[in-house]
Amino acid sequence: MNNKNLLNLIDITVSFEGFLALNKLNLNLKQGELRAVIGPNGAGKTTFLDVITGKVKPTKGEVIFKGKSLVGRKEHKIARLGVGRKFQSPRIFENLTVKENLEISVSTPKSPLNLINKNIKDEQLNEIERLMKIVNLVQKVDSKAGSLSHGQKQWLEIAMLVGQKPDLMLVDEPVAGLTDEETDLTADLLKSLSGENTVVVIDHDMEFIRRLDSNVSVLNQGTVLCEGTMETIQKDQKVIDVYLGRPED
Amino acid sequence: MSLSKFKFDKRIKLSFWIILIALIIAAPTLLPVFRLNLLGRYLSLSIVALGVDLIWGYTGLLSLGQGIFFALGGYCAAMFLQITSSSEFPNNIPEFFALYGVEKLPFFWEPFKSPIFTFFAIWIIPALVAGLIGFLVFRNRIKGVYFSILTQASLLVFFNFFNGQQKLINGTNGLKTDVTQLFGQMVGSESMQRIFFWITAILVIASWFFAKWVVRGRFGNILIGIRDDEPRVRFTGYNPVIFKTIVFSIAGGLAGISGALYTVQSGIVSPQFMTVPFSIEMVIWVAVGGRGTLLGAILGAVFINYAKSLVSEALPASWMFIQGGLFILVVTALPEGVLGWIQGDGPRNLLQRFGLKRKIETYPSLEVNNKEENNE
Repeated sequence: MNNKNLLNLIDITVSFEGFLALNKLNLNLKQGELRAVIGPNGAGKTTFLDVITGKVKPTKGEVIFKGKSLVGRKEHKIARLGVGRKFQSPRIFENLTVKENLEISVSTPKSPLNLINKNIKDEQLNEIERLMKIVNLVQKVDSKAGSLSHGQKQWLEIAMLVGQKPDLMLVDEPVAGLTDEETDLTADLLKSLSGENTVVVIDHDMEFIRRLDSNVSVLNQGTVLCEGTMETIQKDQKVIDVYLGRPED
Repeated sequence: MSLSKFKFDKRIKLSFWIILIALIIAAPTLLPVFRLNLLGRYLSLSIVALGVDLIWGYTGLLSLGQGIFFALGGYCAAMFLQITSSSEFPNNIPEFFALYGVEKLPFFWEPFKSPIFTFFAIWIIPALVAGLIGFLVFRNRIKGVYFSILTQASLLVFFNFFNGQQKLINGTNGLKTDVTQLFGQMVGSESMQRIFFWITAILVIASWFFAKWVVRGRFGNILIGIRDDEPRVRFTGYNPVIFKTIVFSIAGGLAGISGALYTVQSGIVSPQFMTVPFSIEMVIWVAVGGRGTLLGAILGAVFINYAKSLVSEALPASWMFIQGGLFILVVTALPEGVLGWIQGDGPRNLLQRFGLKRKIETYPSLEVNNKEENNE
C-alpha cells in the first residue's frame, strides 16, 4: 500500500436496503492534496463523506486513514484521529456565540473533566482570534451565531473546521447560497489551507471548482467515473454524457 | 459611566443576597409552622427542578422519570431515621418489619446504620442509578420522545417494584419519618423542622451555584450543543454519551437530595413519590419557570406548588385545570417560560404593543447585544 496516501477508499460499497448508494468506490488522497468531488444529484457524494466520518458503515470495503482502518470506529473517535467535516447547510450552534462556537472546535482534550474545571488555554484563545480574523467575524465575537447572515454562518463553520486542526478536511458545498464575492474568497481560503492540510471539497458550482484549480473526481451512481484536472474531465465523453453535457451551454 | 453602573449592579446584587439571607433566617418567625413547613417542602422540590433544568433545559433530555431518583434519596434518608430510632422495637429493627415476620435487617440496609454512609448514599446512590440507566440508554443512541417514554417506563417499573416489597421497605405504606428520632429529638418536632427548613434553604442555594458552575463555561456549551445538534458535537470530536451520562447523573444526585429533604419535611416516603403525574409535574415547574435559566426552575417549583396549595385550600377540585391551563399557556404563549420571557424581549414587546415604548428600528439582536456588552 502506498504510504504517501493519507486516505485510501478501497472498494467501498454502501447498500441501503438493496439500493447501492456507493458501488465499489475507490479513491486515494495524497497528503496535502486539494481534491474536488463533483457529480449529479444522487451520485453518492454525501454518502461518501458519511462513510469516511463514520456516520454510515460501509457494507463492504475498507477506509484507511493514516494507515488505520476507520470502518467501525465511532464518529467522535474518527474526528479525534484528524478528520473534520463541514456540512452541506451550515451547522453551527445557533444558541452559542461566535466565540463559544470556536471554543468548542479548538478545545483539546475533549474530555468532560478538562472542559468543566479548566479554563481555555491562552494559545487556544489566540487561535480563536486568528480564525475570527481570517473569516472576518471579529466584530461578531459575542453575537449569537444564529443571528449571523448565511454567508457568515458558512464561514464560521469553515473556521470551526480549521480550528479543529484536522489532517483531512471534508467540505460539503461550502459556497451554497454565497454571493460571487464570498465564493471567490472561500475558494482562495480553501486553496490556502491545502498543502498543509488535505482538503476534499464537494460542490456543484463549476465556476467555483474551476477556481480551486485542483484535481477533480467525478462521481456517478456511487462510483468514480473519472479523475483528473478540470480540463481532462471536461473532455471526457462519459462525464459529458452524465453531467456536463446538460443543455446549459 | 460603565464603571459606576457596574458598582450599582454589584450593590443591587449584594442587597439582594442580604435580604434573601435575612428572609431565610427570619422565615420561622414570620411564617406560621404549617406555612413554613410547606415552604420548606417546596424549596426542596426546587432542587429536583434544578436537575430537570440541567438535563432538559440545557441538554434537551426530557426525562419523565426523575421520581425514581427523588424517591431513592427519600428512602435512604427515611430508612436511616427508622433504623436509628428502632432500639425499642423487637430485634432492634424498624417496627414495620415485625408485621411481615422479618427478624433480621435486610443486608442492604446494614450500612444505613451509619449516618456518614447515609449522608453520602442520599445523593450518590441516585446518581449512580441515573448514571447506569443513562449510560445504557445514551450508548444505544435513544433520544427524543423514545428517551422520554423509556424514562417513564422505568419509573413505572420502580413504582411497581417498591409497591410490592413489604418485607424490604414496607411496600405501599412507605416509611414514616416524623415519629423517628434524630440527635435525641423528634424529626417531626417544630424545632427540628425549623432546622430542616434552614438546611433546605442553604442546599437550594448551594445546588443553584453548583448547577451554575456546571453550565458556566465550555462544558455547559457542549450540553447546549448536544441539545441543538448532537451529531455536530460528535463530528467535532466529543463523545456525547459521556456528557449526557454525567449530566443525567448529576440530575439524579440532585433529585436524591431533594427527595431526602422532602421526605423529612413531609414525614413520609412512599412509592407515591414515583407516580407518573408527579414526575411530569417536575417538568411543568421548569417549563413554566423557564427552561435553561436555572433560577426559573427554582421559582417555578416554589411558586407553582405554593399556588397549588393555596388554590386547593380554596377550591379543592380546580387545581388540575389551572395547572393544565398554565402548561398550555406556557407552551403556546411563553415557550421560554416566565423567566425566559422576562429576560428576553417579552416585556419590551408587551410595552410596545400598548404604545408605551418606542419600537426599535434595527434588527433587535443588534441593539440588545450592544447593550449587553456594555453591561458586562
